[in-house]
Amino acid sequence: MIRQILLGASLILLTLSAALANENDAKPNISEFILENGLKLVVIPDRRAPVVTHMAWYKVGSADDPAGKSGIAHFLEHLMFKGTSTYKNNEFSSAVTEIGGQENAFTSWDYTAYYQKVAPSALADMMKFEADRMRNLVLTEEVFLPERDVILEERSGRVDRSPSAILSEFSRAALHVNHPYSIPVIGWEHEIAKLEMKDALDFYERWYQPWNAIVVVAGDVDPQATLELAKETYGKIVASRDETERTWTKSPSAVVSQSLIYKDERVTRPSWQRTFRVPSYRTAEDGEAEALDLLSAILGGSATSRFQKEIVLDQELATGAGAYYQGSLRDSSSFGFYGVPRGETKLEDLVAAIEAQVDKLLKDGVTQEELDRARQNYLKTIIYSQDSQVTLARIFGSVLTIGGSVEDFISWPERLSKVTVEDVNKVARKYLDRNRSITSQLLPQEG
Amino acid sequence: MKLIATTFAVLFAFVVQAQAIDIKQVITDKGIKALLVEDYTLPIIAISISFKGGSSQDEAGKEGTLRLMTSLMDEGAGDLDSTAFQAKAEELGLEFGFSASRDSFSGGGRLLRSEREGAFNLIKLAINEPRFDADAIERMRDAIRSNIKSAKKNPSSVGREALREAIFKDHPYSRSTSGTEQSIDAITRDDIIAMNKKILSRETLTIGVVGAISEEELKIAIDDIFGNLSEESSIQKIEDVTPALGDDISIAMPVPNASISIVYPAIKRDNPDFFAAHLMNHVLGGGSFSSRLYREVREERGLAYGVSSGLATLDHSAYFVAGTSTRAENREEAIQVIRNEIDRIAKEGITKEELEKAKRYVSGSYAISNLDTSGKIASVLVALQTQNLGVDYIEKREKYIADVTLEDANRMAKEFFSVKPTVVVVGPEVTQ
Repeated sequence: MIRQILLGASLILLTLSAALANENDAKPNISEFILENGLKLVVIPDRRAPVVTHMAWYKVGSADDPAGKSGIAHFLEHLMFKGTSTYKNNEFSSAVTEIGGQENAFTSWDYTAYYQKVAPSALADMMKFEADRMRNLVLTEEVFLPERDVILEERSGRVDRSPSAILSEFSRAALHVNHPYSIPVIGWEHEIAKLEMKDALDFYERWYQPWNAIVVVAGDVDPQATLELAKETYGKIVASRDETERTWTKSPSAVVSQSLIYKDERVTRPSWQRTFRVPSYRTAEDGEAEALDLLSAILGGSATSRFQKEIVLDQELATGAGAYYQGSLRDSSSFGFYGVPRGETKLEDLVAAIEAQVDKLLKDGVTQEELDRARQNYLKTIIYSQDSQVTLARIFGSVLTIGGSVEDFISWPERLSKVTVEDVNKVARKYLDRNRSITSQLLPQEG
Repeated sequence: MKLIATTFAVLFAFVVQAQAIDIKQVITDKGIKALLVEDYTLPIIAISISFKGGSSQDEAGKEGTLRLMTSLMDEGAGDLDSTAFQAKAEELGLEFGFSASRDSFSGGGRLLRSEREGAFNLIKLAINEPRFDADAIERMRDAIRSNIKSAKKNPSSVGREALREAIFKDHPYSRSTSGTEQSIDAITRDDIIAMNKKILSRETLTIGVVGAISEEELKIAIDDIFGNLSEESSIQKIEDVTPALGDDISIAMPVPNASISIVYPAIKRDNPDFFAAHLMNHVLGGGSFSSRLYREVREERGLAYGVSSGLATLDHSAYFVAGTSTRAENREEAIQVIRNEIDRIAKEGITKEELEKAKRYVSGSYAISNLDTSGKIASVLVALQTQNLGVDYIEKREKYIADVTLEDANRMAKEFFSVKPTVVVVGPEVTQ
């Protein structure tokens, strides 16, 4: 099963898609229901092909890993495929593959989700299996121990073999100091190695409850019929615990700048990155997150951005340079920019050029034309997200699990349209403070 | 919490029947063929195109020419330089890209119906008047060179290169598609232009279109975009090649993970036994969580995170490859477990039950995996043409699968796995 980290772009896509859809009269028709046990159901019909995507999202992720037990949310995601008291190991997976379906799962800091993509006639069965494993998981040491090895292999493949992944674990830890976002989703190796079956079961018992689940169904289905199916399956689950708050430790205010350097024999080209702790859509003051999205696009988020035009094309200093903003997180987020020097260009020359571009933007601000173009680019391309039921299901699932609402999406383009040049300049000057940033350099091992 | 007493009968009817996709065969006034699925649900149009002749057309010593050309196709055309071209595409909301494989050069993307005129014009410009400006060439050359350097430190890339050289020897398939540090420097602007002229022709062009566009609108657009390309292709003939197997290749690299590939013979896509081979492979190590390799290597022993096998089918060759990546201490055991499973399937075959399950998966998965977005359907429309599958393939496919017998599948296992494989291992502490 995969662990996946969603980037902020998905929120943009989603919300914009809802907006542009209005204009083109092709709005996704979203139905939302809440069952009596607290489980939320979202149905997004797409009748073009006889396919349906069924996703069960839990409002729990690696940021909820207990201290010293990093990786347990992700580990449990793996273990959820090991069978229940009703269905033995593999019975669910067999039912999916039996009909040519696809299935997988993913964990992030904010959420954990499981999905199947199947023919619509199989939806009832998928709901039956998924509802069952919400409460009836059975684990034994025989399945637990080999799976821990699988996860150590997974960590080795994802992190140890990638110098940039090694560095980014530490730069993330520095940026989100004392916050659970400082911990890798997959967990630290020394802590994974000591995870026990009881840790997984405790975590399961605490969080895998109907009040903590959001089921998203996208595809060739009727909302009302889907609701009836959900009542028959998910609706029958009785929670074994009352609702629990997610409580996370907070980072202290960022007051220092830090520089991280990682040298590795496998690095053939150096790279440079600077990140800033900024609010997410959920934690931002009105309009700030929208402004940060537009700022990242203007600075380095498109083929016509300042970094691309000035640094990559005109000055020919980088093979790539860009900026990003991860807006769709439950708690504080990051804004970053990066560059990879081209040919024999010295890293410090590239860094100087990037800093000069940022300083120029902070001093002179962005232009109305840049702002309009960035906004239009979002709006133009947003409609494409509706071409994929999986994309829609992921967007809605992630936004709802981190505390957003369907209404948030619908109003997004409108909120985006209200952002002014001054708003963008203000967030740039407020958050892009070099003295409160994390700078990471990935360098070849000398000698 | 209160339980809702539900007594609702689940008696509604979902659309169960996979309605056959309505594929129209379009022939333009200039005689260019295309397949079209008209659908106005969303105001978008997805396009996929392909030309025969891929990186195997690169000259020896100038490996990487097609890849370099491909990277430049959206870097300026007509009177638009790179920046102006990209800005125009952004303004139109046009998402279109080009790619190259060993056997073909392809393009694909999507556009908004409301912006179709501007978008078609931009695609036309890219196809007919690419600029190949010197500064763009150098920028892309630098990027590719940088990729080549970093691939040398990546065990999977190193393994793929070694495998290719070992099994294809002097055949063009043995050459690197992205080129070498030397070859990439040897490519001139004239080489790039010559490659473009060689590959882009109406003779080998295939087109698939899905979305909000009528047959008449499409005909006009196609003639406008492609009508001025040369009528005949000047690609060189590539000979068929049988992979040379039986080598043990170990490459030591100071990395934590070993990358393992085990290669056997296979059959090409146009072989009547293709589905027998495909089903047998599905049982052994196909993409699902229930394959024998997945169960033995990952579930039972925790030796690796991923393990799979598949048929690599090219226009002029084919091979079977099983592979995984594992930490150093698990390497020997992982190889042994995979080889045991391969020997077992060759000797004992698969069971009737496994075959039936595989058939259900392979039949059912087609629509679920390939027909759920416009872009994927457009790619299918191109594949129907390039692989000579026929417009009615989507309906016929079920019968091809149903017709495979247990004997057919097991014959494939025996045929593939009766020779000594080539084993490529790249990783730490490997000695010859």
